Amino acid sequence: MRIFLFITIRQICIYFWWKTLVKPIWIARDPSLCSGCRRCELACSIHHEGWMWPEASRVRVFMPFPGVEVPHLCSQCMDYPCVSACPVDALSVDPDYGAVIVDREKCTSCGDCITACPGTVPFLHPGDNKATICDLCGGEPKCVEVCIEAGYNALTIVNEEPNIHRKLYSRNPVDTARDLAVKMFGEKGEEVIE
Amino acid sequence: MTPGGYAGKWLDVDLTKDKIKEVEYSDKVLEQYFGGRGLAAKVLWDKVGDKYPELDPLDPKSPLMVYTGPMTGIYPGSRICVSGKSPVSMGTVGSTAATEFANEIKEAGYDGVTFTGKADKPVYLLITDDGAELRDAGHLWGLNGEKTLIKLNKEVTAELTKRKPNVGLWKDPGMIYIGPAGENIVRNAAVITKLCHAAGYGGYGALMGSKNLKAVVAKGRGSLPKVDAPESAKLLWRKTHQILIGRSQFRREGTGYAGYSVGAETSSEPIRNWQEEWHDEKSYAGPMFEHRYWVKKKWADFNCTTNCMKISCIKTGKWKGDITDMPDYELQAYCGTNFGIYDPEANIHLATLADKLGHSGINGPNTAGYAVELHQRGILKDSDFGFKPKWGDPETFDRILHMMAYREKIGDVLAEGTYRAALKIAEMKGLKPEETLKYAVHVKGIEIGAHGTRSDVDYTHDISYAASVQGGDHTSVAVDGYSDMSGSVFTDSAVFCNFTYYGVPQSLVFDFAKAITGFPITLESWRTVTGPRIVTLQKAFLMMGGPDLEWEPVKDDDNPPRFYEPLPSGPYKGKTTDRELVNTKLQTYFETLGWDERGIPTKETLKKLDLGFLEKSMSKLR
Repeated sequence: MRIFLFITIRQICIYFWWKTLVKPIWIARDPSLCSGCRRCELACSIHHEGWMWPEASRVRVFMPFPGVEVPHLCSQCMDYPCVSACPVDALSVDPDYGAVIVDREKCTSCGDCITACPGTVPFLHPGDNKATICDLCGGEPKCVEVCIEAGYNALTIVNEEPNIHRKLYSRNPVDTARDLAVKMFGEKGEEVIE
Repeated sequence: MTPGGYAGKWLDVDLTKDKIKEVEYSDKVLEQYFGGRGLAAKVLWDKVGDKYPELDPLDPKSPLMVYTGPMTGIYPGSRICVSGKSPVSMGTVGSTAATEFANEIKEAGYDGVTFTGKADKPVYLLITDDGAELRDAGHLWGLNGEKTLIKLNKEVTAELTKRKPNVGLWKDPGMIYIGPAGENIVRNAAVITKLCHAAGYGGYGALMGSKNLKAVVAKGRGSLPKVDAPESAKLLWRKTHQILIGRSQFRREGTGYAGYSVGAETSSEPIRNWQEEWHDEKSYAGPMFEHRYWVKKKWADFNCTTNCMKISCIKTGKWKGDITDMPDYELQAYCGTNFGIYDPEANIHLATLADKLGHSGINGPNTAGYAVELHQRGILKDSDFGFKPKWGDPETFDRILHMMAYREKIGDVLAEGTYRAALKIAEMKGLKPEETLKYAVHVKGIEIGAHGTRSDVDYTHDISYAASVQGGDHTSVAVDGYSDMSGSVFTDSAVFCNFTYYGVPQSLVFDFAKAITGFPITLESWRTVTGPRIVTLQKAFLMMGGPDLEWEPVKDDDNPPRFYEPLPSGPYKGKTTDRELVNTKLQTYFETLGWDERGIPTKETLKKLDLGFLEKSMSKLR
């Protein structure tokens, strides 16, 4: 009994100690700073797939018009509509960082998470056809690492608690690009993306 | 097994018969010619052989190659190489442009496309993981570059979404296309991509136009090709980027500050068709572009951290809505100072216009400037233009660029490129060819890039263009027949950008090349065997020429007459290209490469480089 109590108290202590170490993170994104180099896609796919595979990258840079580049990735909405939409419970939330974790065994490739996402962020992996979503690389996102290394800072890490604004970043990238085009080109920006 | 870095398949598209097949090349051919510029020359020989002099580059039979190389997409700075028999030099040029089309085609599982034949109506080729197909381009024909890009992007994305609606959003495809200049077979027209990037040298836009081929579009969902030593390649990838990221000045300014400095500092910038090469116009300095027009200061292509491109946009006035990159130095010079224009806004407008029309922003404006000098000299009249052309007047050059693209009035003659236009105008005006050729700034029919040789303080010198197998191409200058063999001959065959190459130790890049391909290649092997093999094959094509144009050995291995006139102004006033040095260095260049004193590859050289198949053609020339 004493041993059991000792282990329980120890576990509780470890939990709180860990919680002091783990800070919430979010990838802040500013498409106007994106160079379009797509090194985020390469770093992400090297980490997750072992080799350069832009289409399997969890961050994808859209370019509906040259110069108007929009990095597109999960925003970790507070209400996680993708997780609740999954009919087979293949999606869950990582307790430490809030990333959406996909159980590839359970995923049936139905695409419900894609339609539930306000920004249509998830996609079916070009290799195994399973839902694919940013997992924040266990707290050290590789995409951010290379973006900052190059001095672009289009993707940066912020240590902030979840908030309702994040979900609003989850937009169709072409809509974001339309806004960005106007910001860059003025009136002409209205014409360049059909 | 396919060597690393290659998808292993090339498409062979017969536009006449609407037939598409997949072809492969042996490991030996790939090791010997690599890809891009090198492989295109070899495939051209295999398809045409000894009959090369009889082949009209604009004939349907003439092949057009659109190739990547084994390092494309993996090494920083993704590019595509376009090649074939050039309608301007009658040799071959490995003409490259930075574009996501290059990595997309690899991700779709192909290393390139060879086109032959001519479609009976305008078409574009769509390449996906499921293969390739020709699609109607009737609705795109006649559209300028910007409109073509906008429509095609939307159309192809919608089509791919329709085919596979459940996989999520489709990222935009990559594409190369032509504008009206290519459609109307302006000989020095470019193949354009990404609004303002172009494979300009060689005139391959005209080849696409002659085939009724408006665009090539690719979207792949596969990975980049597997490589021989992935762990080394990944390390080298990080290392190369770290070096490139350290190039702070170039990353900040690109070449967008050179429109002032190449004139003011090195006296090697074309001014009014190279009548001068010096200016001190501070209105044209970098900050005047940057502060008012640059709306994106760090713009990069796929897998590039050099980000030398900056996006310019005019937001007020009559040219409101014009968008281009910086313009880069070449276009600041050719669409600016070469027209006598020192106004950044007019320069941005004319550079935008050249891209929209599908001109090569170097070559087309070279011809336009040439025409205005002929007017200045009284050879061309107001009536030839339909108006009075003036130096420094944006409207003049706006009109001439249009006239060339649509082949109107004198534009129809100018659309033949500077060299051929000079010959035609001499004939029209009853003059000797020398009288018009003396103002034509080209080498082997290829208008010279915006770096002169007279001051001798730029990177271009005496034989830079004179000895080059790509004539006036400033991206592929001749040096000594040894060190230049690991320059753009290599980057155009491995197919990545020169600006992600310079500044990186070459030994590191060749280690990278080896890690990707597994070929036992070294810097030395490229300088003494592979590079010379490719250049010797290109030289053979250039010497064979034909069918209506042949270059005379040695005599035509020379700079244009203007490059021997003394510089009329600036700190290097009076200096000019040293003719004796040209002659001496030319002979040394030939000797180093194993060519005879007339620049014709010797039998021993052909044997050494495994180019024995050229012997029959070369023996005829000797």
